[in-house]
Amino acid sequence: MKNIHKSPWLLHYDGSSCNGCDIEVLACTTPVYDVERFGVVNTGNPMHADIFLITGGINSQNEDVVRQIYEQMPSPKVVLAVGTCACTGGIFKECYNIKGGVDTVIPVDIYVPGCAARPESIIDGVVKAVALFQKKHEQEKGER
Amino acid sequence: MAKRSIVPFGPQHPVLPEPIHLDLVLEDETVIEAVPSIGYVHRGLESLVTKKDFNEMVYVTERICGICSFMHGMGYCNALEKIMQVEVPRRADYLRTIWCEMSRLHSHLLWLGLLADAFGFEALFMQSWRLREKILDMFEISTGGRVIFSVNKVGGVLKDMPSDMLKSFVSILDDMEKELKETTTVFLNDFTVKSRLEGVGIITKDDAIRRGAVGPMMRASGIEVDMRKTGYAAYGDIDFEIITSTECDSLARCKVRIGEIFQSIGIIRQAAAKIPQGEISVPVKGNPDGEYFVRLEQPRGEAFYYVRANGTKFLDRMRVRTPTFANIPAMLQTLKGAQFADVPLLILTIDPCISCTER
Repeated sequence: MKNIHKSPWLLHYDGSSCNGCDIEVLACTTPVYDVERFGVVNTGNPMHADIFLITGGINSQNEDVVRQIYEQMPSPKVVLAVGTCACTGGIFKECYNIKGGVDTVIPVDIYVPGCAARPESIIDGVVKAVALFQKKHEQEKGER
Repeated sequence: MAKRSIVPFGPQHPVLPEPIHLDLVLEDETVIEAVPSIGYVHRGLESLVTKKDFNEMVYVTERICGICSFMHGMGYCNALEKIMQVEVPRRADYLRTIWCEMSRLHSHLLWLGLLADAFGFEALFMQSWRLREKILDMFEISTGGRVIFSVNKVGGVLKDMPSDMLKSFVSILDDMEKELKETTTVFLNDFTVKSRLEGVGIITKDDAIRRGAVGPMMRASGIEVDMRKTGYAAYGDIDFEIITSTECDSLARCKVRIGEIFQSIGIIRQAAAKIPQGEISVPVKGNPDGEYFVRLEQPRGEAFYYVRANGTKFLDRMRVRTPTFANIPAMLQTLKGAQFADVPLLILTIDPCISCTER
């Protein structure tokens, strides 16, 4: 488990975004941007994930889903809110079904603003998340 | 009789980046019934018309969906332009047509990539998305945004494309066409791809009509429907054929979309050659009063926009019927009797856009 911080796996969930940020997140995994060079792999299983990347705000239907995914992830974990909607609710803040940003449900570590967030800023956020994950991992090791 | 079991699919699923939930009733490996439950992306953005004025709403409608963002904005603007009896300059119509076709190109390439990913052909996924980046670069040069452009306004567009930019776009597309031919041949001729797509998810002509399918789903069942033929924007001046296929299966839907990719390149070429000089927008005065229906052809099919205004700057009602919503009954039909392993693929063949559907 010594090198666990070198390749954290990422789980992407679309809260209630307009797809704009989602396709930019997917674009990050494709040849032009390629986050895999930082060791980040996109996974579909919350139990394998270290970084939780979430786009879009929280509504009453997906609130439980987001909380469940967060709880299923093993500790240490880092939460990355991508896009203005995920940070604050954005343009949809006044909609009747939007409760606000992701931090209304789960603690968020890193905010990536932008509508839609550009791949460069998403990668910047992911790299920061990798560093934070490493820090959290060492902290936990110290406590043990 | 085999025992029935219910397998939940989604909302968080590796194949689809978007949340949709299906309860799949299985008998061994065969799907007997699929029960959808949606609402994970519902924001209620139609209600924002009472809080934001009709000009600000353009930005909200562009965020109905990030893939056909331009067309959503355009549909809403078209409805208001008709209500307010604004004549949009011809150059703006042509620019809108070019951006629409660029949206269709990037949307179909995105879909091809996701389809390849769904049947596990990773290299093909990467190839399609690599080609898609070139279209996004063109968007960035012409509008400043990669996904959300905000170039539409009531009465025209906000940015112009100078003629040398148009020329460079056409030459980029010329180069791209060769690469596209290579990539799309794999989709159409590769043995492994064919074995996953051929004869899977058949929806007959009658079924497609009865279930109200739209767009490539409808055209792949041999029905010639394309809203672009109604001649909105500059489509009236442009010469193109409706692409159909009669095989009705997943490969047919793939074929139709690939055909449309090359068709879009042709339309952009024609529009770039025919575009007239002149203004790109006209000033709009006063508030809208009245109601109007607009029909558009999006990459996923036909979309409706209904706008009712009351003479103030806030609208009474805005309603959008999106293509994915119309295609869901047809998708459920294809799922019946399908193998469990084909479910993600069948969901993908309608090119689902959940954030459009639920808004």
